[in-house]
Amino acid sequence: MTTPGYKSHISSQFNAELEDVRQRVLAMGGLVEQQIIDATRALMELDAELAESVFRADDKVDQLEVYIDDECSRILARRQPTASDLRLVHAVIKTITDLERIGDESHKIAKMAHELSAQERIYENMVETGHLSRQVSQMVRAALDAFARMDADAALAVVREDAVIDREYEALLRQCITYMMEEPRTIGRVIDLIWAVRSLERIGDHAKNIAEYVIYFVKGKDVRHVSIEQMEKEVRGS
Amino acid sequence: MTGVQDKTRLNHGIDLTSLDRVQAANRIENEQIALEVENLDLYYGAKHALHGVNMKIARNKVTAFIGPSGCGKSTLLRCFNRMNDLVDGCRVEGQLKLDGKNIYDRDVDIAMLRRRVGMVFQKPNPFPKSIYENVAYGLRLAGINKKRVIDETVEWALKGAALWDEVKDRLDDSALGLSGGQQQRLVIARAIAIHPDVILLDEPCSALDPISTLKVEELINELKHKYTIVIVTHNMQQAARVSDYTAFMYVGDLIEFGNTDQLFTKPSKKQTEDYITGRYG
Repeated sequence: MTTPGYKSHISSQFNAELEDVRQRVLAMGGLVEQQIIDATRALMELDAELAESVFRADDKVDQLEVYIDDECSRILARRQPTASDLRLVHAVIKTITDLERIGDESHKIAKMAHELSAQERIYENMVETGHLSRQVSQMVRAALDAFARMDADAALAVVREDAVIDREYEALLRQCITYMMEEPRTIGRVIDLIWAVRSLERIGDHAKNIAEYVIYFVKGKDVRHVSIEQMEKEVRGS
Repeated sequence: MTGVQDKTRLNHGIDLTSLDRVQAANRIENEQIALEVENLDLYYGAKHALHGVNMKIARNKVTAFIGPSGCGKSTLLRCFNRMNDLVDGCRVEGQLKLDGKNIYDRDVDIAMLRRRVGMVFQKPNPFPKSIYENVAYGLRLAGINKKRVIDETVEWALKGAALWDEVKDRLDDSALGLSGGQQQRLVIARAIAIHPDVILLDEPCSALDPISTLKVEELINELKHKYTIVIVTHNMQQAARVSDYTAFMYVGDLIEFGNTDQLFTKPSKKQTEDYITGRYG
Protein backbone atom coordinates (compact mmCIF):
# COMPACT_ATOMS: atom_id res chain seq x y z
CA MET A 1 0.00 0.00 0.00
CA THR A 2 1.52 3.31 -1.01
CA THR A 3 0.45 6.57 0.50
CA PRO A 4 2.09 9.34 -1.45
CA GLY A 5 2.21 12.74 0.17
CA TYR A 6 -1.02 14.58 -0.28
CA LYS A 7 1.02 17.65 -1.21
CA SER A 8 2.44 16.28 -4.44
CA HIS A 9 -0.45 16.86 -6.83
CA ILE A 10 0.08 18.75 -10.06
CA SER A 11 -2.81 20.92 -8.95
CA SER A 12 -1.48 23.27 -6.30
CA GLN A 13 -5.03 24.24 -5.47
CA PHE A 14 -5.87 20.65 -4.57
CA ASN A 15 -2.77 20.48 -2.36
CA ALA A 16 -3.81 23.66 -0.62
CA GLU A 17 -7.35 22.41 -0.05
CA LEU A 18 -6.19 19.14 1.51
CA GLU A 19 -3.66 20.96 3.66
CA ASP A 20 -6.31 23.42 4.83
CA VAL A 21 -8.66 20.62 5.82
CA ARG A 22 -5.90 18.75 7.60
CA GLN A 23 -4.79 21.84 9.52
CA ARG A 24 -8.34 22.57 10.57
CA VAL A 25 -8.84 19.03 11.84
CA LEU A 26 -5.74 19.55 13.97
CA ALA A 27 -7.04 22.90 15.16
CA MET A 28 -10.36 21.30 16.05
CA GLY A 29 -8.44 18.56 17.85
CA GLY A 30 -6.49 21.15 19.82
CA LEU A 31 -9.74 22.73 20.95
CA VAL A 32 -11.34 19.50 22.14
CA GLU A 33 -8.15 18.43 23.90
CA GLN A 34 -8.24 21.65 25.90
CA GLN A 35 -11.94 21.08 26.58
CA ILE A 36 -11.25 17.73 28.22
CA ILE A 37 -8.63 19.22 30.53
CA ASP A 38 -10.72 22.27 31.40
CA ALA A 39 -13.91 20.30 31.96
CA THR A 40 -12.27 17.88 34.38
CA ARG A 41 -10.55 20.67 36.24
CA ALA A 42 -13.82 22.56 36.45
CA LEU A 43 -15.40 19.47 37.96
CA MET A 44 -12.67 18.93 40.53
CA GLU A 45 -12.42 22.56 41.51
CA LEU A 46 -16.11 23.33 40.93
CA ASP A 47 -15.05 26.27 38.82
CA ALA A 48 -18.11 27.70 37.04
CA GLU A 49 -16.10 30.08 34.93
CA LEU A 50 -13.89 27.36 33.56
CA ALA A 51 -16.99 25.28 32.83
CA GLU A 52 -18.37 28.19 30.83
CA SER A 53 -15.20 28.40 28.78
CA VAL A 54 -15.80 24.75 27.85
CA PHE A 55 -19.30 25.68 26.64
CA ARG A 56 -17.90 28.49 24.53
CA ALA A 57 -15.28 26.25 22.97
CA ASP A 58 -18.07 23.85 22.07
CA ASP A 59 -19.64 26.40 19.72
CA LYS A 60 -16.35 26.76 17.94
CA VAL A 61 -15.89 23.00 17.70
CA ASP A 62 -19.36 22.68 16.19
CA GLN A 63 -18.63 25.41 13.65
CA LEU A 64 -15.40 23.73 12.65
CA GLU A 65 -17.19 20.42 12.24
CA VAL A 66 -19.69 22.00 9.87
CA TYR A 67 -16.99 23.87 7.99
CA ILE A 68 -14.74 20.84 7.52
CA ASP A 69 -17.66 18.69 6.46
CA ASP A 70 -18.63 21.28 3.90
CA GLU A 71 -15.08 21.58 2.66
CA CYS A 72 -14.83 17.79 2.32
CA SER A 73 -17.99 17.54 0.25
CA ARG A 74 -16.68 20.39 -1.88
CA ILE A 75 -13.44 18.47 -2.43
CA LEU A 76 -15.36 15.30 -3.28
CA ALA A 77 -17.52 17.17 -5.79
CA ARG A 78 -14.76 19.19 -7.40
CA ARG A 79 -11.69 16.96 -7.25
CA GLN A 80 -13.12 13.46 -7.33
CA PRO A 81 -10.28 12.22 -5.13
CA THR A 82 -9.09 8.64 -5.60
CA ALA A 83 -6.91 6.15 -3.69
CA SER A 84 -5.01 7.79 -0.79
CA ASP A 85 -6.71 11.14 -1.41
CA LEU A 86 -10.10 9.50 -1.14
CA ARG A 87 -9.06 7.69 2.02
CA LEU A 88 -7.78 10.94 3.47
CA VAL A 89 -11.06 12.77 2.87
CA HIS A 90 -12.98 9.77 4.16
CA ALA A 91 -10.81 9.61 7.30
CA VAL A 92 -11.24 13.34 7.88
CA ILE A 93 -15.03 13.16 7.64
CA LYS A 94 -15.12 10.38 10.22
CA THR A 95 -12.47 11.93 12.47
CA ILE A 96 -14.35 15.17 12.92
CA THR A 97 -17.48 13.30 13.98
CA ASP A 98 -15.51 11.67 16.78
CA LEU A 99 -13.87 14.97 17.69
CA GLU A 100 -17.25 16.62 17.93
CA ARG A 101 -18.51 13.81 20.19
CA ILE A 102 -15.44 14.24 22.39
CA GLY A 103 -16.44 17.88 22.65
CA ASP A 104 -19.94 16.80 23.66
CA GLU A 105 -18.62 14.53 26.40
CA SER A 106 -16.50 17.37 27.78
CA HIS A 107 -19.54 19.57 27.60
CA LYS A 108 -21.45 17.09 29.76
CA ILE A 109 -18.70 17.08 32.37
CA ALA A 110 -18.54 20.87 32.34
CA LYS A 111 -22.31 21.08 32.70
CA MET A 112 -22.13 18.88 35.76
CA ALA A 113 -19.35 21.05 37.19
CA HIS A 114 -21.47 24.13 36.54
CA GLU A 115 -24.51 22.71 38.33
CA LEU A 116 -22.51 21.44 41.29
CA SER A 117 -20.75 24.77 41.67
CA ALA A 118 -24.13 26.45 42.08
CA GLN A 119 -25.09 24.19 44.98
CA GLU A 120 -24.27 25.31 48.44
CA ARG A 121 -23.00 22.09 49.85
CA ILE A 122 -19.45 21.52 48.83
CA TYR A 123 -18.36 17.92 48.69
CA GLU A 124 -14.79 16.93 49.02
CA ASN A 125 -13.47 15.05 46.02
CA MET A 126 -13.97 11.42 46.76
CA VAL A 127 -12.57 10.08 43.57
CA GLU A 128 -9.48 11.30 41.82
CA THR A 129 -10.53 11.84 38.19
CA GLY A 130 -7.53 13.98 37.31
CA HIS A 131 -5.37 11.06 36.42
CA LEU A 132 -7.87 9.47 34.07
CA SER A 133 -8.54 12.86 32.50
CA ARG A 134 -4.86 13.42 31.82
CA GLN A 135 -4.51 9.96 30.36
CA VAL A 136 -7.50 10.46 28.12
CA SER A 137 -6.46 13.88 26.85
CA GLN A 138 -2.98 12.48 26.26
CA MET A 139 -4.58 9.75 24.21
CA VAL A 140 -6.55 12.25 22.14
CA ARG A 141 -3.37 14.21 21.57
CA ALA A 142 -1.51 11.06 20.53
CA ALA A 143 -4.32 10.17 18.11
CA LEU A 144 -4.11 13.64 16.58
CA ASP A 145 -0.34 13.43 16.32
CA ALA A 146 -0.69 10.10 14.55
CA PHE A 147 -3.14 11.85 12.25
CA ALA A 148 -0.79 14.82 11.72
CA ARG A 149 2.12 12.56 10.87
CA MET A 150 0.03 9.92 9.15
CA ASP A 151 1.81 7.38 11.30
CA ALA A 152 0.15 3.95 11.52
CA ASP A 153 2.47 2.70 14.26
CA ALA A 154 1.69 5.66 16.48
CA ALA A 155 -1.99 5.06 15.78
CA LEU A 156 -1.61 1.45 16.85
CA ALA A 157 -0.09 2.59 20.14
CA VAL A 158 -3.18 4.73 20.72
CA VAL A 159 -5.45 1.77 20.13
CA ARG A 160 -3.47 -0.24 22.67
CA GLU A 161 -3.78 2.60 25.17
CA ASP A 162 -7.54 2.17 25.17
CA ALA A 163 -7.25 -1.05 27.22
CA VAL A 164 -5.34 0.90 29.88
CA ILE A 165 -8.08 3.52 29.99
CA ASP A 166 -10.71 0.81 30.34
CA ARG A 167 -8.88 -0.71 33.30
CA GLU A 168 -8.54 2.67 34.94
CA TYR A 169 -12.25 3.25 34.38
CA GLU A 170 -13.15 -0.03 36.04
CA ALA A 171 -10.93 0.73 39.01
CA LEU A 172 -12.61 4.10 39.51
CA LEU A 173 -15.99 2.46 39.17
CA ARG A 174 -15.15 -0.03 41.93
CA GLN A 175 -13.99 2.83 44.10
CA CYS A 176 -17.32 4.58 43.53
CA ILE A 177 -19.26 1.44 44.42
CA THR A 178 -17.33 1.13 47.66
CA TYR A 179 -18.21 4.68 48.63
CA MET A 180 -21.87 4.15 47.95
CA MET A 181 -21.99 0.95 49.96
CA GLU A 182 -20.18 2.43 52.91
CA GLU A 183 -21.98 5.73 52.91
CA PRO A 184 -25.36 5.78 51.17
CA ARG A 185 -25.50 9.54 51.82
CA THR A 186 -22.94 10.02 49.08
CA ILE A 187 -24.85 8.13 46.42
CA GLY A 188 -26.16 11.22 44.63
CA ARG A 189 -22.74 12.79 44.38
CA VAL A 190 -21.05 9.54 43.43
CA ILE A 191 -23.52 8.92 40.62
CA ASP A 192 -22.60 12.30 39.20
CA LEU A 193 -18.98 11.31 39.34
CA ILE A 194 -19.71 8.03 37.62
CA TRP A 195 -21.25 9.95 34.73
CA ALA A 196 -18.14 12.07 34.45
CA VAL A 197 -15.83 9.08 34.58
CA ARG A 198 -17.99 7.36 32.01
CA SER A 199 -17.66 10.39 29.72
CA LEU A 200 -13.90 10.23 30.00
CA GLU A 201 -13.95 6.56 29.12
CA ARG A 202 -16.09 7.33 26.06
CA ILE A 203 -13.57 9.95 24.99
CA GLY A 204 -10.94 7.22 25.03
CA ASP A 205 -13.12 5.19 22.67
CA HIS A 206 -13.41 8.14 20.28
CA ALA A 207 -9.63 8.63 20.33
CA LYS A 208 -9.30 4.95 19.46
CA ASN A 209 -11.68 5.42 16.54
CA ILE A 210 -9.57 8.30 15.24
CA ALA A 211 -6.47 6.11 15.46
CA GLU A 212 -8.27 3.45 13.43
CA TYR A 213 -9.07 5.98 10.71
CA VAL A 214 -5.39 6.89 10.57
CA ILE A 215 -4.53 3.22 10.01
CA TYR A 216 -7.20 3.08 7.33
CA PHE A 217 -5.74 6.11 5.59
CA VAL A 218 -2.11 4.97 5.76
CA LYS A 219 -2.53 1.25 5.17
CA GLY A 220 -5.80 1.18 3.31
CA LYS A 221 -7.08 -1.42 5.75
CA ASP A 222 -10.23 -1.23 7.77
CA VAL A 223 -9.22 -2.26 11.28
CA ARG A 224 -12.47 -1.54 13.04
CA HIS A 225 -13.95 -4.46 14.95
CA VAL A 226 -10.84 -6.64 14.77
CA SER A 227 -8.66 -7.95 17.60
CA ILE A 228 -5.56 -6.01 18.55
CA GLU A 229 -3.38 -8.90 17.35
CA GLN A 230 -5.06 -8.86 13.98
CA MET A 231 -4.64 -5.10 13.84
CA GLU A 232 -0.92 -5.39 14.58
CA LYS A 233 -0.58 -7.85 11.75
CA GLU A 234 -2.34 -5.47 9.36
CA VAL A 235 -0.15 -2.53 10.36
CA ARG A 236 3.13 -4.48 10.27
CA GLY A 237 2.35 -6.28 7.03
CA SER A 238 2.78 -4.07 4.02
CA MET B 1 8.83 13.68 17.30
CA THR B 2 7.53 16.52 19.37
CA GLY B 3 8.63 18.89 16.63
CA VAL B 4 5.69 18.10 14.43
CA GLN B 5 3.37 18.22 17.35
CA ASP B 6 4.61 21.60 18.50
CA LYS B 7 4.42 23.01 15.03
CA THR B 8 0.78 22.08 14.57
CA ARG B 9 0.07 23.28 18.05
CA LEU B 10 1.53 26.67 17.31
CA ASN B 11 -1.15 27.18 14.70
CA HIS B 12 -3.90 26.23 17.08
CA GLY B 13 -6.40 28.79 18.01
CA ILE B 14 -4.74 31.56 16.01
CA ASP B 15 -6.60 31.71 12.78
CA LEU B 16 -7.33 28.14 11.82
CA THR B 17 -10.39 28.09 13.97
CA SER B 18 -11.54 31.42 12.60
CA LEU B 19 -13.94 30.90 9.75
CA ASP B 20 -14.56 34.51 8.80
CA ARG B 21 -12.31 34.50 5.77
CA VAL B 22 -13.49 31.25 4.29
CA GLN B 23 -17.15 31.92 4.78
CA ALA B 24 -17.06 34.85 2.40
CA ALA B 25 -17.88 32.62 -0.54
CA ASN B 26 -17.52 33.73 -4.13
CA ARG B 27 -20.56 35.59 -5.30
CA ILE B 28 -20.85 37.15 -8.70
CA GLU B 29 -22.35 40.25 -7.10
CA ASN B 30 -19.04 40.86 -5.34
CA GLU B 31 -16.89 40.50 -8.42
CA GLN B 32 -15.54 43.00 -10.87
CA ILE B 33 -17.18 42.27 -14.17
CA ALA B 34 -15.05 41.91 -17.30
CA LEU B 35 -17.68 40.78 -19.77
CA GLU B 36 -21.39 41.19 -19.69
CA VAL B 37 -23.80 39.35 -21.93
CA GLU B 38 -27.20 41.00 -22.29
CA ASN B 39 -30.17 39.38 -24.02
CA LEU B 40 -27.94 37.73 -26.56
CA ASP B 41 -29.70 35.88 -29.36
CA LEU B 42 -27.79 34.16 -32.11
CA TYR B 43 -29.08 32.71 -35.35
CA TYR B 44 -27.30 30.46 -37.81
CA GLY B 45 -29.53 31.26 -40.80
CA ALA B 46 -32.98 30.22 -39.62
CA LYS B 47 -31.69 28.23 -36.68
CA HIS B 48 -32.05 30.01 -33.38
CA ALA B 49 -28.89 28.84 -31.58
CA LEU B 50 -28.76 31.03 -28.47
CA HIS B 51 -31.89 32.18 -26.71
CA GLY B 52 -31.64 35.47 -24.88
CA VAL B 53 -28.56 34.68 -22.81
CA ASN B 54 -27.74 36.94 -19.87
CA MET B 55 -24.54 36.42 -17.98
CA LYS B 56 -21.68 38.19 -16.27
CA ILE B 57 -18.07 37.06 -16.50
CA ALA B 58 -15.98 37.97 -13.46
CA ARG B 59 -12.58 39.55 -13.94
CA ASN B 60 -9.55 37.43 -12.98
CA LYS B 61 -11.70 34.39 -12.46
CA VAL B 62 -12.26 31.24 -14.44
CA THR B 63 -15.73 30.78 -15.87
CA ALA B 64 -16.61 27.41 -17.36
CA PHE B 65 -19.39 26.57 -19.81
CA ILE B 66 -20.69 23.03 -19.64
CA GLY B 67 -23.51 21.23 -21.38
CA PRO B 68 -24.17 18.48 -23.91
CA SER B 69 -22.98 18.78 -27.49
CA GLY B 70 -24.91 21.32 -29.48
CA CYS B 71 -26.05 23.25 -26.42
CA GLY B 72 -24.44 26.43 -27.67
CA LYS B 73 -21.53 26.73 -25.29
CA SER B 74 -18.87 27.03 -28.00
CA THR B 75 -21.13 29.34 -29.97
CA LEU B 76 -21.44 31.60 -26.95
CA LEU B 77 -17.69 31.49 -26.35
CA ARG B 78 -17.05 32.48 -29.95
CA CYS B 79 -19.27 35.51 -29.52
CA PHE B 80 -16.76 36.94 -27.05
CA ASN B 81 -14.24 37.73 -29.78
CA ARG B 82 -16.66 37.73 -32.70
CA MET B 83 -15.33 34.55 -34.22
CA ASN B 84 -18.91 33.87 -35.31
CA ASP B 85 -18.60 36.75 -37.78
CA LEU B 86 -16.67 34.29 -39.92
CA VAL B 87 -19.68 31.97 -40.17
CA ASP B 88 -21.99 32.62 -43.13
CA GLY B 89 -25.53 33.50 -42.17
CA CYS B 90 -24.69 34.09 -38.53
CA ARG B 91 -26.61 36.93 -36.93
CA VAL B 92 -26.26 38.24 -33.41
CA GLU B 93 -28.78 40.32 -31.47
CA GLY B 94 -28.37 41.82 -28.04
CA GLN B 95 -25.26 43.14 -26.42
CA LEU B 96 -21.95 41.79 -25.29
CA LYS B 97 -19.96 44.30 -23.33
CA LEU B 98 -16.24 44.17 -22.73
CA ASP B 99 -15.47 46.63 -19.94
CA GLY B 100 -18.80 48.28 -20.57
CA LYS B 101 -18.39 48.71 -24.34
CA ASN B 102 -20.58 46.65 -26.66
CA ILE B 103 -18.25 44.68 -28.91
CA TYR B 104 -20.97 44.39 -31.54
CA ASP B 105 -21.06 48.15 -32.09
CA ARG B 106 -20.20 49.27 -35.61
CA ASP B 107 -17.11 51.22 -34.59
CA VAL B 108 -15.36 48.24 -32.99
CA ASP B 109 -12.01 47.31 -34.53
CA ILE B 110 -12.25 43.53 -34.70
CA ALA B 111 -8.51 42.92 -34.98
CA MET B 112 -8.03 45.00 -31.85
CA LEU B 113 -10.84 43.15 -30.11
CA ARG B 114 -9.22 39.82 -30.85
CA ARG B 115 -5.94 41.13 -29.51
CA ARG B 116 -7.68 41.86 -26.23
CA VAL B 117 -9.65 38.63 -26.24
CA GLY B 118 -7.32 35.77 -27.13
CA MET B 119 -8.43 32.30 -27.99
CA VAL B 120 -7.07 28.77 -27.72
CA PHE B 121 -8.71 25.94 -29.60
CA GLN B 122 -9.44 22.30 -29.02
CA LYS B 123 -6.63 20.99 -31.17
CA PRO B 124 -3.29 22.63 -30.57
CA ASN B 125 -2.60 24.67 -33.70
CA PRO B 126 0.99 25.86 -33.60
CA PHE B 127 2.29 27.47 -36.77
CA PRO B 128 4.77 25.32 -38.73
CA LYS B 129 7.58 27.49 -37.44
CA SER B 130 10.07 27.36 -34.60
CA ILE B 131 8.93 27.45 -30.99
CA TYR B 132 10.36 30.95 -30.70
CA GLU B 133 8.65 32.22 -33.84
CA ASN B 134 5.29 30.88 -32.75
CA VAL B 135 5.30 33.15 -29.74
CA ALA B 136 7.02 36.06 -31.51
CA TYR B 137 4.54 36.02 -34.37
CA GLY B 138 1.78 37.93 -32.64
CA LEU B 139 4.24 40.50 -31.35
CA ARG B 140 5.51 41.22 -34.84
CA LEU B 141 1.93 41.55 -36.06
CA ALA B 142 1.41 44.06 -33.29
CA GLY B 143 4.31 46.08 -34.72
CA ILE B 144 6.97 45.13 -32.20
CA ASN B 145 10.28 44.60 -33.97
CA LYS B 146 12.98 45.14 -31.38
CA LYS B 147 14.77 41.84 -30.90
CA ARG B 148 15.46 42.47 -27.24
CA VAL B 149 11.81 43.18 -26.48
CA ILE B 150 10.71 40.12 -28.44
CA ASP B 151 13.28 37.90 -26.73
CA GLU B 152 12.14 39.04 -23.32
CA THR B 153 8.48 38.65 -24.13
CA VAL B 154 8.95 35.18 -25.60
CA GLU B 155 10.73 34.06 -22.45
CA TRP B 156 8.11 35.69 -20.24
CA ALA B 157 5.23 34.12 -22.13
CA LEU B 158 6.80 30.66 -22.21
CA LYS B 159 7.44 30.90 -18.49
CA GLY B 160 3.89 32.09 -17.96
CA ALA B 161 2.65 29.07 -19.86
CA ALA B 162 4.82 26.76 -17.73
CA LEU B 163 6.73 25.62 -20.81
CA TRP B 164 10.02 27.50 -20.59
CA ASP B 165 12.00 24.88 -18.69
CA GLU B 166 11.03 22.23 -21.20
CA VAL B 167 11.92 24.19 -24.35
CA LYS B 168 14.51 26.80 -23.42
CA ASP B 169 17.33 24.79 -24.99
CA ARG B 170 15.54 24.23 -28.27
CA LEU B 171 13.70 27.41 -29.06
CA ASP B 172 14.68 27.15 -32.70
CA ASP B 173 13.28 23.65 -33.14
CA SER B 174 10.01 23.25 -34.95
CA ALA B 175 6.97 23.62 -32.74
CA LEU B 176 5.46 20.62 -34.47
CA GLY B 177 8.00 18.39 -32.72
CA LEU B 178 6.49 19.14 -29.32
CA SER B 179 4.05 16.78 -27.62
CA GLY B 180 0.35 17.60 -27.71
CA GLY B 181 0.38 18.96 -24.18
CA GLN B 182 3.45 21.09 -24.90
CA GLN B 183 1.89 22.37 -28.13
CA GLN B 184 -1.22 23.40 -26.25
CA ARG B 185 0.85 25.26 -23.68
CA LEU B 186 2.81 26.85 -26.54
CA VAL B 187 -0.43 28.09 -28.05
CA ILE B 188 -1.38 29.52 -24.67
CA ALA B 189 2.03 31.24 -24.53
CA ARG B 190 1.32 32.67 -27.97
CA ALA B 191 -2.02 33.92 -26.72
CA ILE B 192 -0.65 35.63 -23.60
CA ALA B 193 2.40 37.13 -25.39
CA ILE B 194 0.28 39.99 -26.68
CA HIS B 195 -1.15 40.70 -23.22
CA PRO B 196 -4.84 40.07 -23.78
CA ASP B 197 -7.41 40.88 -21.10
CA VAL B 198 -9.44 37.77 -21.65
CA ILE B 199 -8.42 34.28 -22.74
CA LEU B 200 -11.04 32.03 -24.30
CA LEU B 201 -10.32 28.33 -24.15
CA ASP B 202 -12.40 26.06 -26.34
CA GLU B 203 -11.99 22.48 -25.12
CA PRO B 204 -8.27 23.07 -24.53
CA CYS B 205 -7.59 19.63 -23.08
CA SER B 206 -9.75 17.31 -25.11
CA ALA B 207 -6.79 16.16 -27.21
CA LEU B 208 -4.44 15.76 -24.23
CA ASP B 209 -3.56 12.90 -21.92
CA PRO B 210 -4.55 13.16 -18.23
CA ILE B 211 -1.19 14.43 -16.98
CA SER B 212 -0.91 17.12 -19.67
CA THR B 213 -4.50 18.00 -18.87
CA LEU B 214 -3.66 18.54 -15.22
CA LYS B 215 -0.68 20.68 -16.23
CA VAL B 216 -2.84 22.87 -18.41
CA GLU B 217 -5.39 23.10 -15.61
CA GLU B 218 -2.70 24.14 -13.17
CA LEU B 219 -1.59 26.72 -15.72
CA ILE B 220 -5.15 28.05 -15.97
CA ASN B 221 -5.18 28.36 -12.20
CA GLU B 222 -2.04 30.51 -12.34
CA LEU B 223 -3.08 32.56 -15.33
CA LYS B 224 -6.30 33.68 -13.74
CA HIS B 225 -4.37 36.01 -11.47
CA LYS B 226 -3.61 38.11 -14.54
CA TYR B 227 -6.33 37.28 -17.02
CA THR B 228 -10.02 36.66 -17.17
CA ILE B 229 -10.52 33.13 -18.42
CA VAL B 230 -13.52 31.55 -20.06
CA ILE B 231 -13.35 27.84 -20.79
CA VAL B 232 -15.67 25.55 -22.67
CA THR B 233 -15.36 21.93 -21.70
CA HIS B 234 -17.13 18.65 -22.32
CA ASN B 235 -15.52 17.37 -19.21
CA MET B 236 -17.64 18.34 -16.22
CA GLN B 237 -14.94 17.24 -13.82
CA GLN B 238 -12.59 19.67 -15.47
CA ALA B 239 -15.07 22.48 -15.01
CA ALA B 240 -15.37 21.44 -11.36
CA ARG B 241 -11.61 21.45 -10.92
CA VAL B 242 -10.62 24.67 -12.63
CA SER B 243 -13.49 27.11 -12.56
CA ASP B 244 -14.78 29.65 -10.09
CA TYR B 245 -18.09 30.06 -11.89
CA THR B 246 -19.92 27.59 -14.04
CA ALA B 247 -22.66 28.01 -16.60
CA PHE B 248 -24.77 25.04 -17.60
CA MET B 249 -26.33 25.36 -21.03
CA TYR B 250 -28.89 23.24 -22.80
CA VAL B 251 -30.12 23.65 -26.39
CA GLY B 252 -29.34 27.32 -26.58
CA ASP B 253 -30.59 28.27 -23.14
CA LEU B 254 -28.51 29.21 -20.17
CA ILE B 255 -30.09 26.95 -17.56
CA GLU B 256 -28.03 27.76 -14.53
CA PHE B 257 -25.13 30.02 -13.79
CA GLY B 258 -23.36 30.39 -10.48
CA ASN B 259 -20.54 29.67 -8.14
CA THR B 260 -18.91 26.37 -9.09
CA ASP B 261 -18.97 24.99 -5.54
CA GLN B 262 -22.64 25.64 -5.34
CA LEU B 263 -23.43 24.30 -8.79
CA PHE B 264 -21.58 21.05 -8.19
CA THR B 265 -22.79 20.44 -4.66
CA LYS B 266 -26.31 21.84 -4.64
CA PRO B 267 -27.47 22.91 -8.08
CA SER B 268 -30.70 24.87 -8.01
CA LYS B 269 -32.20 23.45 -11.22
CA LYS B 270 -33.22 19.88 -11.75
CA GLN B 271 -31.84 19.89 -15.30
CA THR B 272 -28.41 20.82 -13.97
CA GLU B 273 -28.59 18.13 -11.32
CA ASP B 274 -29.54 15.52 -13.92
CA TYR B 275 -26.74 16.53 -16.24
CA ILE B 276 -23.92 16.67 -13.71
CA THR B 277 -24.98 13.42 -12.06
CA GLY B 278 -25.17 11.61 -15.41
CA ARG B 279 -28.93 11.18 -15.47
CA TYR B 280 -29.58 13.01 -18.66
CA GLY B 281 -32.09 11.13 -20.80
